[in-house]
Amino acid sequence: MALKIVKGSIDRMFDKNLQDLVRGIRNHKEDEAKYISTCIDEIKQELKQDNIAVKANAVCKLTYLQMLGYDVSWAAFNIVEVMSSSKFTYKRIGYLAASQCFHESTDVIMLTTNQIRKDLSSPNQYDTGVALTGLSCFVTPDLARDLANDIMTLMSHTKPYIRKKAVLIMYKVFLKYPESLRPAFPRLKEKLEDPDPGVQSAAVNVICELARRNPKNYLSLAPLFFKLMTSSTNNWVLIKIIKLFGALTPLEPRLGKKLIEPLTNLIHSTSAMSLLYECVNTVIAVLISLSSGMPNHSASIQLCVQKLRILIEDSDQNLKYLGLLAMSKILKTHPKSVQSHKDLILQCLDDKDESIRLRALDLLYGMVSKKNLMEIVKKLMLHVDKAEGTTYRDELLTKIIDICSQSNYQYITNFEWYISILVELTRLEGTRHGHLIASQMLDVAIRVKAIRVFAVAQMATLLDNAHLMTGNVQRKGICEVLYAAAWICGEFSEHLENPMQTLEAMLRPKVATLPGHIQAVYVQNAAKLFATLLKNQEGNTDRTAAQETSQLMIDRLPLFVQSANLEVQERASCILQLVKYIQKLQQKDVEVAEEVIALFAGELNPVAPKAQKKVPVPEGLDLDAWINEPPSESESEDEQPKAIFAKEEPKHSRARHTEVDEKELAKRREARKQEQANNPFYIKASPSSQKVYQEAPGVEHIPVVQIDLSVPLKVPGLPMSDQYVKLEEERRQKERVEKKKKEKKKRKEKRGGRGKKHDSGPESEEDITPAHMVDIVTEEMPENALPSDDDDKDPNDPHKALDIDLDNLVEMAGRRPLADSEKLPVRSHRAAEALKSPAEDGDAESPASQEPKKKSSKEKREKKKDKDGDRKKSKDDKKKKKKHKREEKGEDLFGGQADEPVVQSEEISEVAAPPASNAAEVSDLDFWLSNAPVPSNAQEAATLAAEAAPVPEKASGTAPDSEPDEPEETDKKSSKHKKKKQKREKEEKEKKKKKKHHHHHHHSDGGGEESVQNGTVEEEEPLPPMSNYCLLAENSYIKMEIDIQGNLQDGSQVVVSVIFENKCDNFLKTMEFNVLDSLNSKLQRPEGSGPHDGLSVPFQLPPGVSNEARFVFTMQSIVMPQKLKGTLTFIIKNEDSSTHEKLDFKLHFTCSSYLITTPCYSDAFAKLLESGDLKCSSVRLEGVNMPFHHLLARICFHHHFSVVERIDSCASMYSRSIQGHHVCLLVKTSGQTVSIDAKCDEPTLLGNVLDEIKQTFSQC
Amino acid sequence: MIKAILIFNNHGKPRLIRFYQYFAEDLQQQIIRETFHLVSKRDDNVCNFLEGGSLIGGSDYKLIYRHYATLYFVFCVDSSESELGILDLIQVFVETLDKCFENVCELDLIFHMDKVHYILQEVVMGGMVLETNMNEIVAQVEVQTRMEKSEVKLSRPSG
Repeated sequence: MALKIVKGSIDRMFDKNLQDLVRGIRNHKEDEAKYISTCIDEIKQELKQDNIAVKANAVCKLTYLQMLGYDVSWAAFNIVEVMSSSKFTYKRIGYLAASQCFHESTDVIMLTTNQIRKDLSSPNQYDTGVALTGLSCFVTPDLARDLANDIMTLMSHTKPYIRKKAVLIMYKVFLKYPESLRPAFPRLKEKLEDPDPGVQSAAVNVICELARRNPKNYLSLAPLFFKLMTSSTNNWVLIKIIKLFGALTPLEPRLGKKLIEPLTNLIHSTSAMSLLYECVNTVIAVLISLSSGMPNHSASIQLCVQKLRILIEDSDQNLKYLGLLAMSKILKTHPKSVQSHKDLILQCLDDKDESIRLRALDLLYGMVSKKNLMEIVKKLMLHVDKAEGTTYRDELLTKIIDICSQSNYQYITNFEWYISILVELTRLEGTRHGHLIASQMLDVAIRVKAIRVFAVAQMATLLDNAHLMTGNVQRKGICEVLYAAAWICGEFSEHLENPMQTLEAMLRPKVATLPGHIQAVYVQNAAKLFATLLKNQEGNTDRTAAQETSQLMIDRLPLFVQSANLEVQERASCILQLVKYIQKLQQKDVEVAEEVIALFAGELNPVAPKAQKKVPVPEGLDLDAWINEPPSESESEDEQPKAIFAKEEPKHSRARHTEVDEKELAKRREARKQEQANNPFYIKASPSSQKVYQEAPGVEHIPVVQIDLSVPLKVPGLPMSDQYVKLEEERRQKERVEKKKKEKKKRKEKRGGRGKKHDSGPESEEDITPAHMVDIVTEEMPENALPSDDDDKDPNDPHKALDIDLDNLVEMAGRRPLADSEKLPVRSHRAAEALKSPAEDGDAESPASQEPKKKSSKEKREKKKDKDGDRKKSKDDKKKKKKHKREEKGEDLFGGQADEPVVQSEEISEVAAPPASNAAEVSDLDFWLSNAPVPSNAQEAATLAAEAAPVPEKASGTAPDSEPDEPEETDKKSSKHKKKKQKREKEEKEKKKKKKHHHHHHHSDGGGEESVQNGTVEEEEPLPPMSNYCLLAENSYIKMEIDIQGNLQDGSQVVVSVIFENKCDNFLKTMEFNVLDSLNSKLQRPEGSGPHDGLSVPFQLPPGVSNEARFVFTMQSIVMPQKLKGTLTFIIKNEDSSTHEKLDFKLHFTCSSYLITTPCYSDAFAKLLESGDLKCSSVRLEGVNMPFHHLLARICFHHHFSVVERIDSCASMYSRSIQGHHVCLLVKTSGQTVSIDAKCDEPTLLGNVLDEIKQTFSQC
Repeated sequence: MIKAILIFNNHGKPRLIRFYQYFAEDLQQQIIRETFHLVSKRDDNVCNFLEGGSLIGGSDYKLIYRHYATLYFVFCVDSSESELGILDLIQVFVETLDKCFENVCELDLIFHMDKVHYILQEVVMGGMVLETNMNEIVAQVEVQTRMEKSEVKLSRPSG
């Protein structure tokens, strides 16, 4: 044994390690492959040895070779061996190799389950870490199922290093094993509030990934994310959250309203460009969601667009790119706003950077109108000529076609022009998109009847010049166009100017070099042409012409009969025989033309691509049922288990069955598409076939309109689209003149009634009428088709499986607990844990389930009110309105601010009282959303956002300053009014908040206890309004109100929110906030500024406006209240002068402001009291004349306590300081006397808090 | 999600590849070639974002890259990542490498590919960003290096 070890280590001395391998490869540059193959042989030898060190070294080298492109999967088993080494060094090498080359079909993976499980529970955190990292790369559905529970346990590991990795990997587990999402979700949610920022960030990351695919399921987490957004300082977390909000706002416009303020604050305060950009992006999303359907708010969008323009004009290419990217988001909903920046975007098309050019192209798509389409396309055509590199040119080509064909050729007024553009595009060299052009030609020629004559003429020219396209090998893609040309010329051959010449062109020997499917079309359409020719020629007296035509066919067709392509051969030989027969008849002087024409008679109607799928399955037809008896079971032994499987688990097997079907269906669909693409009788989709289908009166009724004769139909040679641009302009000019004439006439008739109404201003979109009313023939749909469009989703998307309703899991554990089948598979000794966690979470969340009760009580109250009042009628009205509101939520954002909360809650309880379960959670979110803070007006929001907009201000100098003024001025008028509203709103909000708190903690002590009776809630009177903002200082110019809150994240920080309100009629600028620090408390100043520097307030105040800023203070000790002196300096700017002013204030940090509302459960509370670590103190309040619940609410609200338990006139309350001191209260009341017994581990703090409570009640 | 991280030099030689989605080896090489082709022809003063890699991704994916001296660092990401954020992340990663290798240069990456992987593992895990705090990353890497060293000592007490 010992000998072996010695031998092993001697061997090792001669082994190459990774460095040697790399050096060797670098020294063998000429025969690298050979050298590596000898190295691989060596590695194979090394892997055969028993020494794990040698093996690990070999595996490490393999990892390097894998990077160079060598398949090393043959060593998979050795990799597993190295993974299972007990030494960290080797284990790490093994896991690295595995993560680089294992994948789902690596069969040794199933051997690793137990090894990984062992590593996950290793006492060494780095063993666990390495295993988690490796697993994240090669997790399979089986591994996910088997290890989900182990990983879930690790999410609560003591080491944050493990916790964050475990949280992160859960996303991969969810993807592979979607069943784990529901049981794991409560813990994942819990991790959003993990004390470690890394873990928190990981949880945010995972939830954002999940929510991105199925946002609606995560809407209920919005309040939590909102809290994180306002408290977190980690830019990564913020970016993720802000991006997530961007995805959520379209679902819930009220959310956007709430977001504007904190986002604006972030924009003001952050120095990170990445964060800033995402903020701006989400602000845009918010504005879009707010303003959709509200035309008068497009002004705010306009502002955003202007700011983006500044980004785009920036010299930093990255910003330019991102500016264009953001612009394209606006484009989708507000194309008009973007359209005015056409110049800039066209300019970007000339940028040297391809990424930027592509972005600009994307934008063009939405910027066209009937008026500018021709101009834009002309510009693009120029670029096509100039563009180097085929990718970019191909992109241009597809964009041109996209732009023109969008929404059913909506913007094309002149189809001659379009056809000539298409023909010009065929001259492109080396494009891959010949089929695209071809399908456009077909589509237009078939669906626009009026254009056929022109199209046929153009196509005939193309066929004539086919050698231009086929000559060059590089131009292979473009010859697809000939397919369309041949078909059009054949199908509409009656329009051909010179059919004989075209037939000649179609039967040239050169045609045989074309791809088979094109030849086939040539042959078939030659036959059609032949039929038309016969008909024309038989009319003549001279029969020889007809016979010559037949002879031509007979001469040329044999070439195709010899074709290797089956289709060509078959068609050619059929037609050849037919023509021969016709020739015989012709020689007997029989008139055959009518019969030959009959071969190709009949109109072809385009069929919508989804038509087949839209046919509903007739009743009584079961597509899954066997038509014949299923194959007998005894046929082979292999099939037996399958049958049994199907019987035992019908549901499961059914799913598999359909899955197979899905695949097969997809295959068939693909095949069908292929076939359709090659089938001239099948017309491809136009972007909005659905819409057209609904409006379509039917094909027969569409009148074929005469063509405007001012457009010449004969264009010599290849057409130049420019000609048509000119013609079109002339036509429009003419139209305009005519219109004017008409108007003049009208005016004369009217005799100046309203004379000046129609001044010939710039032509508006509607004024342009298409050259000829083009009837777009609509695609046919089956009679009873279903107008559903949900078949676009990819059935293979793994995220589809994760579309799981999580709300009722989290919020309503009582309603839909995890079913047994949903619990994660666990090895027996862990079972208890797994069962516990969701249940626990359920408890914590259970108050939500009580919500409906509260609502119903409110409803009752509401009804009472209504009875008392004389507004019965108006109530009915309201109800009606409300129902509307549900559908168009956007509307209640702007109107009816003040009464919104009440209305909202009432409405919800009305709508959803009986089912309750869903309503409760919805209303919870509604509740949170309904007390949206200040800036309710989108306009104002935009101004804020825009003011803050990134580089713009720096970059543009004075320009932006002048811009925002306008909206502000309009604000001025309404601002006073608004402020009142805001105040009222705020009061209401606080009231609500209070209430929520109150009830929340009532119910949180578990459903079983009797202490809270159901009736109590109803008996209680509504609470008086309360506000935590108290006046800090005030003079005739400005008023400051403050609220002080502890920062949970950091035990030494306190956040002071100050509302500045401009009371005068002038602009307040350059406000500076400064405080004289004490030894204990210091204002946090940005790095680099001195201890006496003031902080500038990040905004200016227009007259009458208020805004909020936050300042952070650091505290060393929090047991005593603190007072700090401070000054606010500012400049008052009126029209001609500006004056400096200052306002002194005293900041009072109470001990209560160091407390943070923390819920506590009664058992934990009892334990805390029993522990004996707490010092006792008590206080008596006399003459308190208010209901008990008001008293509690006040303590909760002003002093940040939460109610643990309440029994009659006695309640226990709890709170925690930012430094972790526990504060417990027992509040009893009898008559007007209130006694408070209190316990805390810090007697000084307790004394001060009690003093403050006393003071609160002495004031009222 | 990050789909892949590629590091290659000015000649397209791979120095580190990390795919978070399975591609066969030959396809991986093709992707590297294509990416190199796309990235290398771009000037240094154009933007750091690129669309249009046909092999990896599709419409939702983007290449975000930085060019340092002889090396390209390319991240292939989907739309859930912030573009500027990823640029910052690349910077963090490179600075971390610089700290761990003390003035990192291409040779360090060539001869210590495994170490670069271990560092990357502390930054990105399974395609998701794990840690962005450089000090934390360096600390974790160093602890593990120390562990490795102590194990080596243990295994060879005599030598």
